[in-house]
Amino acid sequence: MTTHTGDHKRYFIDRLGVSERLMERCLGEALSAGGDYADLYFESVTSTSLGMDESLVKTASQGISVGCGIRVVSGERTGYAYTDDLSQERLLRAARTAALIASGPAKQQMSGFRQAEAARELYPVAGAASDAEIAAKLQLIQRADAAARAFDSRIVQVRAGFNDELRRILVAASDGTFASDTQPLARLNVFVIAKDATSTARGSSGGGGRVTLDFFTGDKSPEHYAREAARTALLQLGAMDAPAGEMEVVLGPGWPGVLLHEAVGHGLEADFNRKKTSAFAGLVGQQVASSKVTVVDNGLMPNRRGSINMDDEGNPTQETVLIENGILRGYLSDKLSARLMGMPNTGSGRRESYHHIPMPRMTNTYMLNGDDMPEDIIRSVKRGLYAVNFGGGQVDITNGKFVFSASEAYLIEDGKVTAPVKGATLIGNGPEALKYVSMVGNDLALDEGIGTCGKAGQSVPVGVGMPTIKLDKMTVGGTGHSA
Amino acid sequence: MNAASKGTNDLRAIADDVLAQALRAGATDAEAVVYEGEEFSAMVRLGQVETLKESGSRAVGLRVFLGQRVASTSSSDLSAEGLTRLVSGAVDLARITSEDPFAGLPEANEFGAIPADQHLYFEDVKEQPPADRIEIARRCEAAAMAYDTRIQNSGGGHYDTATSHKILVNSRGFAGEYRRSYCGFYASPIAVDESGGMQRSYWHSSARSTRLLESPEAIGQEAARRALRRVGARRVKTQRAPVVFAPVIARSLVANIFSAAEGDAVYRNASFLAGRLGEQIAGANVTVIDDGTLVFDHEGIRAGGFGTSPFDGEGLPTRRTVLVERGVLTNYVLNTYTARKLGMRSTGNASRGLAGNPGTGAGNFYLEPGTQTPQQILDDVPSGLYVTEVMGFGVNLVTGDYSQGASGMWIENGELAYPVEEITIAGNLKEMFRNISAIGNDLEFRSSSAAPTLRIDGMTIAGE
Repeated sequence: MTTHTGDHKRYFIDRLGVSERLMERCLGEALSAGGDYADLYFESVTSTSLGMDESLVKTASQGISVGCGIRVVSGERTGYAYTDDLSQERLLRAARTAALIASGPAKQQMSGFRQAEAARELYPVAGAASDAEIAAKLQLIQRADAAARAFDSRIVQVRAGFNDELRRILVAASDGTFASDTQPLARLNVFVIAKDATSTARGSSGGGGRVTLDFFTGDKSPEHYAREAARTALLQLGAMDAPAGEMEVVLGPGWPGVLLHEAVGHGLEADFNRKKTSAFAGLVGQQVASSKVTVVDNGLMPNRRGSINMDDEGNPTQETVLIENGILRGYLSDKLSARLMGMPNTGSGRRESYHHIPMPRMTNTYMLNGDDMPEDIIRSVKRGLYAVNFGGGQVDITNGKFVFSASEAYLIEDGKVTAPVKGATLIGNGPEALKYVSMVGNDLALDEGIGTCGKAGQSVPVGVGMPTIKLDKMTVGGTGHSA
Repeated sequence: MNAASKGTNDLRAIADDVLAQALRAGATDAEAVVYEGEEFSAMVRLGQVETLKESGSRAVGLRVFLGQRVASTSSSDLSAEGLTRLVSGAVDLARITSEDPFAGLPEANEFGAIPADQHLYFEDVKEQPPADRIEIARRCEAAAMAYDTRIQNSGGGHYDTATSHKILVNSRGFAGEYRRSYCGFYASPIAVDESGGMQRSYWHSSARSTRLLESPEAIGQEAARRALRRVGARRVKTQRAPVVFAPVIARSLVANIFSAAEGDAVYRNASFLAGRLGEQIAGANVTVIDDGTLVFDHEGIRAGGFGTSPFDGEGLPTRRTVLVERGVLTNYVLNTYTARKLGMRSTGNASRGLAGNPGTGAGNFYLEPGTQTPQQILDDVPSGLYVTEVMGFGVNLVTGDYSQGASGMWIENGELAYPVEEITIAGNLKEMFRNISAIGNDLEFRSSSAAPTLRIDGMTIAGE
């Protein structure tokens, strides 16, 4: 972690030949039709993907993507254009296209960029996974493949993949913002198929973050993820049908925090609340969860997949309290919504790439610890579901209904975890569901670092987390008889 | 803006140049794809333009073979230096991959393209003035907002256009290219009930030519009707009952068949359809077809389907493939690699992004219609669920287990009695396809896949 903020910028200025003078000219052009605000978002991403299937390295690919997105804001209106050619002619042309959103004489002139504040260093740049020898990356997936096959003879198919990218960004804006960052990202995934005489099942696992390859040693080794994938697949071979209907539900620590991402996170993104299209609109200060629930969004956790030194509008990220002791405290905002709603900017403006307009997004979203012991939580349930791992989730932010799909779950009978059950989707209502949280464990964990969030066609890496919690009721979408 | 566009000849020259460089660098075979696209989108909300986006981009992808080893690279940097890096990167990468006896380009005699004009590109999409596009988005939203006083908010009226040009060349002599155009708009109005509860829905029209788009007012009004019918939704008790899938949701079930029939899932045993070729996997009333060649006649204007193209991602001509015939699984969805793995022939379903090995992709994919009207299907249901939305990731194609969030209308004595929400529907696709007890006559292609109204018996509805 030795890189300084200036170095991130130098890449665009020295390597790609975009001068500060040209950036100022582009911003001037962008505001020439009367816009209130304009920004340039330069991005360069190099990515590598390696895949092993049937113990063969079948996939190896690398990609390079370089471009600039130019945005002009005029009141509530946004004009946007991008170019993958960073020549002066093309940049100015994109600026003129974006400028068309406004209509009128130029109101302001660019008056130079602010000196950037000292940069945060939440993750390594030198030595990041993207810099590592490809042979070292290959070794990771080869080890994962071998470990999964060695785990049990019923593991009949193994796929392992390693993906990394290095994303360099620079934001130059008419409000003086001049900020840059270099964001590494790496991920190891293992998928297995288990088969016995009567059934077939799948299992998957993986982990990563904004890390060096050293991350994948010790308890995050390829063998660890391989065993996890194999274990869950074998467990599913004997799983019975999941129950159907409303029941007590205990969620394990870590990835089940996707509940928060869907139930409240999206509904608290400021754009939906500015437009009053979210079920949470107007609920700040009101009880939206049990008093045991405190939820934060924190972009500052070192090396986490969801963390970023600055957002894609050049603002520093922060820790934002969303729900405090059950009371809704605030929203996640970007420059546009902060200005239009007269609220603080939480540094949540993110975008998938230079092809996209930024909008308020989550980073790492999790629930803080409570006082309960996880075993006491299980013991308190007469009959219910214990779900410890999930696939994805989804929410309709307007009516608040959300789902998340369990991939590893068990019945709880008379206070004991008993038989594994098949995957099932759980459904609830965002502003109501967390009111039924009656116990919160002291075992907060974050997910392994493979989460991706989609919104309006844009994907960004995120994290989620939670301690063990108990919900007194939630609807479980199995096929079996009621628990 | 006329996007950053070199002429067609320049793009073809880039593809040829990359191919030649790859062979000079030691590749035994190579395949290059060059993509150029332009996009426009406008969003009008509560009558005001909120966002306008307009841009063009280009990129190149290269796949190289060193004998039975393969690797790929992609780049948005089309400078001479960038292309050289693309080639050397791919060749270097290929050296570290494994010898795979099934890897390789298709055989030369398999290449080809549908010779007839598929009517995939209409210049009017590109020529339409931005002001006209914004006006369509505005009219569509305005019609939704004016439809009923309970429509009080809006996710906006949207209009998008896209044109693309794709060139594919390989070292075994294939060279092909095509252009496609797309335009479409939608409104997503929000209905509010007396207690302030909100429901959103949407409706859309999409086409290859602006002349084939439906009326903005008709689409806006339909979007409003769809939002309004959700107002006051309640939950129902956990039970087993017949489930009737509206076409827009039935389509997702048919997409599950397509995914389960994809060759890579099949050879990996990661599909409940693996090893089932020739077996009865659905009722005799079920026939499922993928057709990458469909051209529709819209009152005299011919236009290719959204899944239509002259050749697939590896340069094989697209075709019509019957996947399920009267309930019997007759074929898988295959590209060259997965066909070789299974000892079969490619169905011309290779999909090609810029990077990576080819995947499999659908042409126009559909379940053949039956004879009953949707109302006749409802008439036979004394008590059951009409599903208009599903949510979630609860479909397991390995086992067929299916569990999704759902909302829709409760059916009482053949009538859509009241809206329901916050429930799940669950079953197993293996049984669900055998339990399709009614198929509607309402097949309509609003996107590249389509299905008529379907009734499925034996599913579990979980609610209160």
